[in-house]
Amino acid sequence: MTIDHRQHHLDSVRSALSVLVYPLQWVVDLPHTSSEWFRESLSTRRALQEENASLRTQQLVLNTQLQKLEALEAENRRLRALLDSSFQVEERPMLIATLLSVDMDPYRHQIELNKGSLDHLFEGQPLLDSQGVMGQLIHVGPFTSTAMLITDPAHAIPVQVNRTGLRTIALGTGSIDRLELPHIPNNADIRSGDLLVTSGLGGRFPPGYPVAEVIDVQQDPGRTFSHVTARPRALLDRSREVLLVWPPGAQNPLTPGTTGKARAVVDTPAEAGSGSGTDAEPEPGTP
Amino acid sequence: MTLTRHHGGIIILLSFTVAMLLTIMPLSDGLRSWRPDWVTLTLIFWCLALPYRVSVVSGFMVGLLLDVLTGTLLGQHALALSIIAYVCVRLHQRIRIYPMWQQALTVLVMLVLHQLLTLWIDSTIGRPARPLAYWLPSLVGALLWPFVYRFLTSVRINFQVQ
Repeated sequence: MTIDHRQHHLDSVRSALSVLVYPLQWVVDLPHTSSEWFRESLSTRRALQEENASLRTQQLVLNTQLQKLEALEAENRRLRALLDSSFQVEERPMLIATLLSVDMDPYRHQIELNKGSLDHLFEGQPLLDSQGVMGQLIHVGPFTSTAMLITDPAHAIPVQVNRTGLRTIALGTGSIDRLELPHIPNNADIRSGDLLVTSGLGGRFPPGYPVAEVIDVQQDPGRTFSHVTARPRALLDRSREVLLVWPPGAQNPLTPGTTGKARAVVDTPAEAGSGSGTDAEPEPGTP
Repeated sequence: MTLTRHHGGIIILLSFTVAMLLTIMPLSDGLRSWRPDWVTLTLIFWCLALPYRVSVVSGFMVGLLLDVLTGTLLGQHALALSIIAYVCVRLHQRIRIYPMWQQALTVLVMLVLHQLLTLWIDSTIGRPARPLAYWLPSLVGALLWPFVYRFLTSVRINFQVQ
């Protein structure tokens, strides 16, 4: 039975059972939701006005930045066209889901979301918050779904160093504020403070989203690989709202069209790793 | 007769529901590792009290739901709880007449057995080793057993669950 589950034959059973336990999760989540509702409905007009004003300022700032981004995007596209590369800047549909405040197994980093296959969620879908990548969905039921965070010991995410383009894999460690990068050679150019972004290899996570920040690099001359740890950017244990991202081609998560000629030269392992995000190739790329 | 039976069934279901609610109730990080295994305690009680109504099959069903609730491998808790239910039903006549402290010790053994089976399955599928605090729930559960026992016994008498 356990083996059967590992081969995903029992997924339908699990999603059926998840409907059965949904009332329990709803009841447990109720105090939190209702207290939130009370706080919202009891907040004064003045507080709301202040919040409104601050949000408006924030939106203005963000809009200004967005204008710059659009200009940069256009420039980037022009430059890439000059290089004859088939890179695509894509618009990705998104959906906001809320966490159910229920406890799962304390030794697994999993969270429960209040959206499911009725909202067209799918297994393996990436999960973001406002700061960075949080994880991916592992089970999808009709009303709820379970996501695995990037810090779970069973999770690995293909990343690249934003500064140098060095590609590697970040593994979860089991502690909520630490990721490990075990495959970085001693002579690689990496230092603490470097931002790790998703590389898009493996085809599961969209490229270019921030994942973590390198906090510690220990280079031991006696070992082949240096010991690099990073802190996730996403507020993994604090976010209540999460963003679910769809691939640009709607149904097909692995759009083969993006793997053009020029890109294949740049990212040779891209084809090999297009199976799944969790077990992408462990071979570190050199900058 | 059928009326009382039906009535009792609801109480048993309700007790399992409450146990599951307690299992997924959000707690602070410090308290999380102390949370006893409410579902197993409830299952042990009903297996001791009504071995002809609650036994291996109920343990299996409850275990499946628990697997979905806690996001573990489907069948992991189901297997562990079925085995515990079997042991309980086999030994129920002996355990019933034990004094309370001895009963608590037996419950401790069963809770540890549950965790051991879960740990075994977890390590088989490649989960990393657990800290020593992993065993705390069993200890807390055994210490709470006298209270759980008294409470569920009074519930059982009040609602005449047969």
